[in-house]
Amino acid sequence: MTIPIDVETKHRIVVVLLWLAALVALAVLAFIIAVVLWNGLPAVTLSFLLESPRDMGRAGGIFPMVVSTVAVTLLAVIVAAPLGVGTAIYLTEYTSETALTRVIRFGAECLAGVPSIIFGLFGFIFFVIQLGMGWSVLSGGLTLAVMILPTVMRTAEEAIRAVPESFREASFSTGASRWQTVTQVVLPSALPGIVTGVILGVGRGVGETAAVIFTAGSSLHIPTSIFSPARTMAVHFYILAREGISMRHAYGTAAVLVILILAINTAANWLMLRFQAKQG
Amino acid sequence: MEEPTVEPKIAVRGLDLYYGRFHALKNIDLDVRPNTITAIIGPSGCGKSTLLRTFNRMNDLITGVRVDGSVRLDGQDIWTGSLTPVQLRRRVGMVFQRPNPFPLSVFDNVAFGPRAHGQRNRRVLEELVEESLRGARLWDEVRDRLNQPATELSLGAQQRLCVARLLAVRPDVILLDEPCSALDPVSTLAIESLMRELQDRYTIVIVTHNMQQAARASDESVYMLLGEIIEHGPTSQVFTNPKDSRTEQYITGRLG
Ligand SMILES: Nc1ncnc2c1ncn2[C@@H]1O[C@H](COP(=O)(O)OP(=O)(O)OP(=O)(O)O)[C@@H](O)[C@H]1O
Ligand SMILES: [Mg+2]
Repeated sequence: MTIPIDVETKHRIVVVLLWLAALVALAVLAFIIAVVLWNGLPAVTLSFLLESPRDMGRAGGIFPMVVSTVAVTLLAVIVAAPLGVGTAIYLTEYTSETALTRVIRFGAECLAGVPSIIFGLFGFIFFVIQLGMGWSVLSGGLTLAVMILPTVMRTAEEAIRAVPESFREASFSTGASRWQTVTQVVLPSALPGIVTGVILGVGRGVGETAAVIFTAGSSLHIPTSIFSPARTMAVHFYILAREGISMRHAYGTAAVLVILILAINTAANWLMLRFQAKQG
Repeated sequence: MEEPTVEPKIAVRGLDLYYGRFHALKNIDLDVRPNTITAIIGPSGCGKSTLLRTFNRMNDLITGVRVDGSVRLDGQDIWTGSLTPVQLRRRVGMVFQRPNPFPLSVFDNVAFGPRAHGQRNRRVLEELVEESLRGARLWDEVRDRLNQPATELSLGAQQRLCVARLLAVRPDVILLDEPCSALDPVSTLAIESLMRELQDRYTIVIVTHNMQQAARASDESVYMLLGEIIEHGPTSQVFTNPKDSRTEQYITGRLG
């Protein structure tokens, strides 16, 4: 037997349920961040941030890891962003649906689903051994670049497709070339979406362990060039925790990592708001 | 007395256009006279926009489009002649159904075309923008708001801005595809009187569903049906004394 419920009540129940779902999701996120910060912040001091580790990381700080993380991620973005955005532009503006574009898209989708440890192994075999780059910022950055490329490409493609066709028509009808249309009309309109994709990629890169540990290495020294080996914060955290070196410093590293990721996202949001305000 | 023959601005001969396997334009012959307003009328889907978009090769951007026959601009074939699509579109500009200003300032919208063609000199651009906005009867309305986003203008003003953006490129032909269908009656009349002013210097082709507009604002009318031109003549004749019964049916049906 069903109890008759009127539409208004149904609507209210649905709203409450959706609201609860959102609340739970938010609460889980807040809880994780709180645990990490609660356990980690006591270890985070200025000297923790600015000193090199001593005694395998039991003492001292994580300065080399901060530098390594920034270097490896930056390199990955510098390589992946132009490649990903370029591919997206090609797929959307310069070619129609063909077998080739379907293969590219299918490939990107497959790549996006591959676990990061596979990228680590690939990077190890290809960049570290085959190309002789050794454990280095370069190997790590390139491996991360390959890993985040599909994300950057797909989000850029979606953002570009979302640009109204009428903008392109307007541009072409004033006699602008395709390249001018892309650079002056399409890309500026798609920029917020493209930036979001790149930030997603950065977030994935900053927090990545498996793909980096085999390719950038786990040196405790500050990398002096892109050919130096490096240990990112995520790898450092993993080694400290895994080998039971220092839970206190592991949590400290995690706290810095979480704050860094939050900062990146906040900055990206702020940039985008400013950009949109300017666009009107 | 014989009418002096004028070289047509646009001459279409035996034009066929296919979207994939769909035959959208069938053996079109048409002369568009210079400094004339030509209205294209006909029921929805008969190929008005398709014909208009052939004149500036906008259909080339759609995949699967195939054309046969010839279209000449001032005697020069637009496909086999020396004009590139970019050069063609500088001479044959287009205004669309929905006002489509870029999400830029009023100034940057009008300066877009000249900039795309390499004009960087700020003073020249400023003069061009003012001249074009005056030409589109918009200058007095926006002279103090040149740096505001174009999207903040009223729809009617946005459509005149699109006309200004086009004038800045200094075309000879202006194509308008139902330019008033999103506008209120006052803005519609503003566009119509604007067309009359522009007629001295430009050749104008307008697609419209509004019979009163075609009767009021055009010199020649073209009636299309199912991809074919049924009738073409002076507007007064087409509207009062159509030669083809199908034209008559359409016009009396639409005028009610
Ligand atoms: N890109 C396209 N692909 C396939 N068919 C198309 C395409 N564009 C238009 N058509 C078809 O071609 C025919 C003519 O279209 P067109 O847009 O030129 O008509 P129209 O006379 O402008 O109609 P309306 O008054 O509704 O704007 C229609 O049957 C339409 O379905
Ligand atoms: Mg149409």
